[in-house]
Amino acid sequence: METQVVKRRSLVNSDAMQRILAFGALIGLFIVFSLASPNFLQFDNITGILLATAVNGVLALGVTFIIITGGIDLSVGTVMTLSAVMTGICVTVWRLPVPLGVLAGMVTGVLAGIVNGILIARMKIPPFIATLGVLYVAKGLALVLSGLKPIYFNDTPLFNQVVMGSLVGALIPGFDIPNMVLIFFVAAIVASLILTKTVLGRYAFALGSNEEATRLSGVNVNAWKIGIYALGGLFSGLAGVLIAARLNSAQPALGQGYELDAIAAAVIGGTSLSGGEGTILGTVIGAFIISTLTNGLRIMSVPQEWQTVITGAIVILAVYLDILRRRQS
Amino acid sequence: METPTPNAMPVPTLAATPLVVMEGIEKSFPGVHAISQGNFDLRPGEVHALLGENGAGKSTLMKILAGVYTADAGRILYKGQPVTITSPRAAQQLGISIIHQELNLMPHLSLAQNVFIGREPRKNGFILDEKAINAQTQALFDRLNLKLDPRTRVTDLTVASQQMVEITKALSFDAEVLIMDEPTAALTEAEINELFRIIAQLRAKGVGIVYISHRLEEIKRICDRITVMRDGRFIDTVQTAGVTMDRIINMMVGRTIFEGAPELPEVRSPDVVLEARGLNRGRAIRDVSFTLNRGEILGFAGLVGAGRTEVARAVFGADPLESGEIYVQGKRVETHSPQDGVRHGIAYLSEDRKRYGLALGMDVETNIVLAAFQKFLGLLGWVDNARTNKTAQQYTQALAIKTPSTRQKVKNLSGGNQQKVIIAKWLAADTEILIFDEPTRGIDVGAKSEIYRLLNSLAQQGKSIIMISSELPEVLRMSHRIIVMCEGRITGELDSREATQEKIITFATARGDVTAAPAFQ
Repeated sequence: METQVVKRRSLVNSDAMQRILAFGALIGLFIVFSLASPNFLQFDNITGILLATAVNGVLALGVTFIIITGGIDLSVGTVMTLSAVMTGICVTVWRLPVPLGVLAGMVTGVLAGIVNGILIARMKIPPFIATLGVLYVAKGLALVLSGLKPIYFNDTPLFNQVVMGSLVGALIPGFDIPNMVLIFFVAAIVASLILTKTVLGRYAFALGSNEEATRLSGVNVNAWKIGIYALGGLFSGLAGVLIAARLNSAQPALGQGYELDAIAAAVIGGTSLSGGEGTILGTVIGAFIISTLTNGLRIMSVPQEWQTVITGAIVILAVYLDILRRRQS
Repeated sequence: METPTPNAMPVPTLAATPLVVMEGIEKSFPGVHAISQGNFDLRPGEVHALLGENGAGKSTLMKILAGVYTADAGRILYKGQPVTITSPRAAQQLGISIIHQELNLMPHLSLAQNVFIGREPRKNGFILDEKAINAQTQALFDRLNLKLDPRTRVTDLTVASQQMVEITKALSFDAEVLIMDEPTAALTEAEINELFRIIAQLRAKGVGIVYISHRLEEIKRICDRITVMRDGRFIDTVQTAGVTMDRIINMMVGRTIFEGAPELPEVRSPDVVLEARGLNRGRAIRDVSFTLNRGEILGFAGLVGAGRTEVARAVFGADPLESGEIYVQGKRVETHSPQDGVRHGIAYLSEDRKRYGLALGMDVETNIVLAAFQKFLGLLGWVDNARTNKTAQQYTQALAIKTPSTRQKVKNLSGGNQQKVIIAKWLAADTEILIFDEPTRGIDVGAKSEIYRLLNSLAQQGKSIIMISSELPEVLRMSHRIIVMCEGRITGELDSREATQEKIITFATARGDVTAAPAFQ
């Protein structure tokens, strides 16, 4: 008699199917909107979608790592703003060269991430509460440090030009895709490599899958958790730099609310809130779905209020379909 | 860094230094003094059983050795040197490896990733060498004769295979001390034999093995010495050869146990309280039909994975059916959810007690009334605490549940008492048909006897019981009738008077010839 070793697993609920479905949904949206309006498939409009995705996308990359561990990070939006403000202060007040300002912004993000990590791993505060607290602290600090006013980068036009200029456009005339979009794609590739090929990525999955087993296997769970939240913070810092460059200013009142779009992107892309599952590709597709939806609805002159209603419905639908699909096993 | 810290006076090394000596270990948790005067020693090349009732402290003592807990007092000598073991990693580095009772695997990761978690072979620092991880795991599997693919995800494996992965992981540390806590709970006979072969190999290499198990037959088969603990204390260490079962049990419980076969109630009503006809669900349940009489104990035997749990859950309503009919007291019923099951008087006591049977963080009282809350509600859903308390007290007494009070959190009770709480819950819900799935798994000899007595008295009171069990002596002893399943089908039905272990195994493996069955006796 054969001892049954492996349970059968149908094609429907494999991981790849999740991403295929998400990608299919994105294509579907493109088709629907192109049919609904001739303005949708214009180069400028598509560029607009790419730009809109870039900042949220970078935030979503960082948040993906954290959700895979079974945690959550509500502070990514305001930490992004704080990073932007720090960059602004370094460049305009302390007159440091822009690259140093950029570095300062990213370091700010990492520090915030470390704070999150310590609160969660060492002090055992639940991630929701810990990052909620940091959300408020970062928001306040951004206002305090900026003196409640936007910080303008008028003296350093290079900042905006580098990020919003187009390398691609210089090489291929007519294809003026801002560098910011390239930066996002590079960040996504790096994130993907970290997640799939390094120890940090492996332990993110392990923690989300069974934290106690990971601990009992001799892994220093606290240290790695802090590292993962720090990585999330790094992406928030990067997003802060990008948005500061794009707006040519650090806007201290911005930020809160961005975290929800980031989390929505990750979840639509197949990252499970209970941890242990997720891919960068899925998150990227999820981010594009959100910005495509927003853009398409606007082109169709759907009032802004309704746009958020529809986005919310899509998030619920996406997660529900995923649950149904998993139940097939 | 966690390295062994030598204390003041080095111990002189003798010819055959024990690998491990634990002396005077004390350990308390909030509200519970788990171990006092814990002693244990392990020699190289020995298989040493650690026996005791649930709550005796054996798992806790070994977890201290494995670095999961730290002792409050006492000392540990490793190869003659005093050491302090502060973490699981420290224990691993010393050469101590443990296979826990509960599976400690990451379900989303592959087998190879699980085996090498925490010590992955790497290229250049942080980058994982996935090829090496898979190759080395494959080599381990080959050495252990396991037909497993290292890239499979853990969730895709059956429980028995997951257990084998745990064993592989523990063995891959090349440890000198290997602790096994209930390693055979989920294994088939073939796998148990394979495991014993591996244990023999390790023994020959000089590895010291601690074997925690409730299966006395297995202990007699492979262990050199037996240490018994009771109530957190060390009782005695004896050579396995020459010690009688009675003596062992006496040491474990400190009193004599009713070991003879209980009298099965002869008078069984001809009323059919439950009938299943043609139940089907894919390959898990194939054309299953059976009847259950009032006051009867119907045993469901078979190998792990035969489909008994699937049938029970389907009848109860926890899982759907593709086709088939269920009749309760002669009336056709449909169970689409456990609510339906309970409404029709069916109770299901799952084999994974902690996961599916109890709200561990809540107290005994709440757990007992959990399935029958509507009986205790007043206006607007106000809970009548006086009545819930009274009911909880009644059942605690009636079933002899050992707990300081009904407010005690259920997670602090021993396995046997937890099981009684679950039984009380279903009695409080006035269910007439009770389906027990492995009712005495993880329960020591003393409490087992009590559970058997309980089952008998329930049957005598007119409750009808289905008992799913993989322990043949238990099935033979307790059942009026035995149904045997194999791969989703019913392959045999025996009356208790004509049933033997050989016949059951024949049906369970659905083969014509009788296989040798030494593992069970």
